[in-house]
Amino acid sequence: MGLLTNLKDSISRVTDGLFAADEPKRIGIYGPPNAGKTTLANRIARDWTGDAVGPESHIPHETRRARRKENVEIERNGRKVTIDIVDTPGVTTKVDYKEFLDHDMDKDDAVRRSREATEGVAEAMHWLREDVDGVIYVLDSSTDPFTQVNTMLIGIIESQDLPALILANKTDLAGSDVQQIANAFPQHETIPLSALEGENMDEVYTKIAEYFG
Amino acid sequence: MPGSPPNVGGGGSPPGDGRASDNGGSDDGVRIDMISGARMEGLTGMEKIRLILDGVRDGNIVILEEGLSPDEESKLIEVTMTEISPDDFTGIEIETYPKAEANDQSFLDKLMGRKSAQKLTVIGPANRIETLHKDENLISTLVSRK
Repeated sequence: MGLLTNLKDSISRVTDGLFAADEPKRIGIYGPPNAGKTTLANRIARDWTGDAVGPESHIPHETRRARRKENVEIERNGRKVTIDIVDTPGVTTKVDYKEFLDHDMDKDDAVRRSREATEGVAEAMHWLREDVDGVIYVLDSSTDPFTQVNTMLIGIIESQDLPALILANKTDLAGSDVQQIANAFPQHETIPLSALEGENMDEVYTKIAEYFG
Repeated sequence: MPGSPPNVGGGGSPPGDGRASDNGGSDDGVRIDMISGARMEGLTGMEKIRLILDGVRDGNIVILEEGLSPDEESKLIEVTMTEISPDDFTGIEIETYPKAEANDQSFLDKLMGRKSAQKLTVIGPANRIETLHKDENLISTLVSRK
């Protein structure tokens, strides 16, 4: 009986391994609030599936729950790569509801939004530790990348040995400085893009296939 | 005492002992707890996070000689988020010197799971500490009384 059980377990492990190799990789889109993560997730999803992932907004913490778009099939150089995109809430170490009051919200709405935002950040951290196979780290190239949140998150990603692609987003803005991001994280390749305008998406898809295929 | 939880604060009026009256919560000044690497060494990850957050929630500035591991930093963010509440606690400000790159770890260090050297870390309540300047050799912060 024990022998049969062991044999069954062994076969199960082998077949699980075979199927696991074909399963889509879960790629988390991470970064600070307002870096353009959802705009990028929507751009990728629309380009390859025709659907969007979630609403975009200039108000911080618009994404307050991790959202997954499954089975996004990206074709590059005659090769298909299937990924699940996980669009995550922007990571921060502080959330003050008062910052939402500047965006035409009353106190109740601002408090609700801040509460949801904190839950979302906690959820994003949990996903990062447990549930993603790779990371696309999105930064707004018109802002200073030398922040503690960026330093910590890149450190956390590296400590887990997750493949990570750094995207310098918002190159359409006048103050965009891609080199500053490359200098901040020289151990990683930095790819410039404008997810909003769809600029340089070809290179982004080539790199996604290369890193996560 | 075998089996008992470690006294994370030590003697006197230790950080994290819940007594806020004689610390940064007062109007007299800002309390700064400088915690040595040796003191943190014997604590579990959650004990370290509790020690930090209890101090910060009391209004103190916590300075860690050796900082936290990436996994502990991740959990610190997560636990901080669960404790934020309107008009009470808005989160933390945290600064470290830029870390030595992960690439600096030798192959043997990675194989043995040894962490690269951590660097001094400053943590405070988000509504009381503001980073004025930061580079690889200097962290300049403005700490305000409430």
